[in-house]
Amino acid sequence: MHNQPQRLARHEQIVSALIVAVAVIIIGLPLYWMLIASFKLSGEIYTAPPTWWPQYPTLENYPLAWQAVPFAQYYLNSVIVTAITTLSKTTLATLTAYALVYLPVRGRDAVFVTVLAGLMVPQQILIVPNFLTIANLGWLNTYQGLILPGAATAFGTFLMRQYFLTLPSEIFEAAQIDGAGHLQRLWTIAVPLARPAIVTTALFAIVSEWNEYLWPLLVTNIDAMRTLPVGVAQLFDSEGLANWGVIMAGTVLVVAPIVVLFGWAQRHIIDGIAAGALKG
Amino acid sequence: MHTTAPRATARHRTGGQLRTYALFIALVAPNLILLAAFTFWPLLVNAWLSMVRWNFLSAQQPFVGLDNYVRVLGARVFLDVVRNTVVFTGISVAITMGVGLILAIMLDQRLRWRTAARAVLFTPTVLAGSAIAIVWIYIFDPRFGLLQQVLAWFAIASPNWLADPAWAMAAVIIVYSWKNVGYAVVIYLAGLQAIDRTLYEAAAIDGADAFAQFRAVTLPGLSPMIFFLMVTSVLACFQAFDIIHVMTDGGPVNATNTLVYHLYEQGFIRTQAGPAGVVAMVMFIAMILLTWLQLRYAETRVHYA
Repeated sequence: MHNQPQRLARHEQIVSALIVAVAVIIIGLPLYWMLIASFKLSGEIYTAPPTWWPQYPTLENYPLAWQAVPFAQYYLNSVIVTAITTLSKTTLATLTAYALVYLPVRGRDAVFVTVLAGLMVPQQILIVPNFLTIANLGWLNTYQGLILPGAATAFGTFLMRQYFLTLPSEIFEAAQIDGAGHLQRLWTIAVPLARPAIVTTALFAIVSEWNEYLWPLLVTNIDAMRTLPVGVAQLFDSEGLANWGVIMAGTVLVVAPIVVLFGWAQRHIIDGIAAGALKG
Repeated sequence: MHTTAPRATARHRTGGQLRTYALFIALVAPNLILLAAFTFWPLLVNAWLSMVRWNFLSAQQPFVGLDNYVRVLGARVFLDVVRNTVVFTGISVAITMGVGLILAIMLDQRLRWRTAARAVLFTPTVLAGSAIAIVWIYIFDPRFGLLQQVLAWFAIASPNWLADPAWAMAAVIIVYSWKNVGYAVVIYLAGLQAIDRTLYEAAAIDGADAFAQFRAVTLPGLSPMIFFLMVTSVLACFQAFDIIHVMTDGGPVNATNTLVYHLYEQGFIRTQAGPAGVVAMVMFIAMILLTWLQLRYAETRVHYA
């Protein structure tokens, strides 16, 4: 599918390469700065002009950050919330999409339109009513309070449905003739064939849930239930502007798992996003 | 297994249809119930809250009609909030889409380190906004920050970015655009790679120069991407919260107070359900209008292959 990129004149190529290089530096530099500051002793951070490489590289900021606020607890909470939300979103999206594509019942289109409508509603404007629901259930400062409002997904359902529509129907018909019921077809044919779409749905869920800030900020107010994005802001508040090395170590600890995930599944994430735009 | 075929009598078919229905409901119900409870129902609650006086505690919610609307929309800060939202959204979307387009076109050629460059440009998009905001507070630090050093090379004195109402919005826009430009690059690149290269050759044979080719082939080819980015970026900007909350808390003196921050402020700092409901309704209506306008515009301008 991929066309050969356009051929440009030599000098045009050099100019483009330069522009891209400058952009890469501008985008990359803050991340580099975060990383090297986390290895600097505090005396070195408060020198002008700043140093571009730590003079006496140290690891001491990491245990300091880890102890300044209950980082281990934040990590645990983030992992639990992200894992359960991702599992839930992926499962519900797959089940709903299967029903929408392979179960020809009346009212199916109405359900799909409902899902599409859900896609249009921005979650941020729902914070007060959803907070009230969770508070009335007595679920502030609980995992279910953190998880439940984000457990369903209109976006994932849409993505999975689009993918199912591209699968050849002959395989399903053959399985039906062989006597396989819907649940069997779902589990032994649809799920394995739709693996790329399931992985994309899961990756999207992991990234957005790991980074989610507003909702955990609202429904938790104790350290035992804080997640990492809120916890690292807590670290920043407690350390003030006095200890950038420790704070940068904290931010590295927050973004590191996603950077690793991105490094490992980069192709998949980028292709998934691009495919979503091309089809949408 | 052909023995099953003759058994498909009328009675069985209705039974089977009922079973199919039951299965359909079982499969879609969990998702739909959650969407109803946490996406659709809250819209109605917002509409209700916008018309009552309530502090989240008292047992009464006296109905006050449009009073909250008059009070919220009439407050002087609301004009600032709307202006901030328009400025933030307009400039951020323009930067990410404009710079993103240039970079995507530059990247859409044989560069040995193309994949690596794309990965670096995209990385900030997947990182936690709150952590990124903290990193940038350090970078903006007027005495020890990275940016004051870069400005010093050009003999420019660093403004006190986050404490100065004249500069705080610029700082927030810089961070937001820095974080999201890579997303636009990825979307544009996918669009560019789907454009048929022979169109360029045909245009070149017709004597079109690079700029004419860009207008005649690249822009129409990219129009679905441009439209998609426009809709999703505007909606995302409208909802941008984490960076603003961590970097400026909407300040100084409301300089970065946007609609979503104003909603948070009304609901969770002043704990006034009515005004919070009003802001939520305003945002909802504004987003529907914006999306509808963009859709109408798209009908005339977007060319789907």
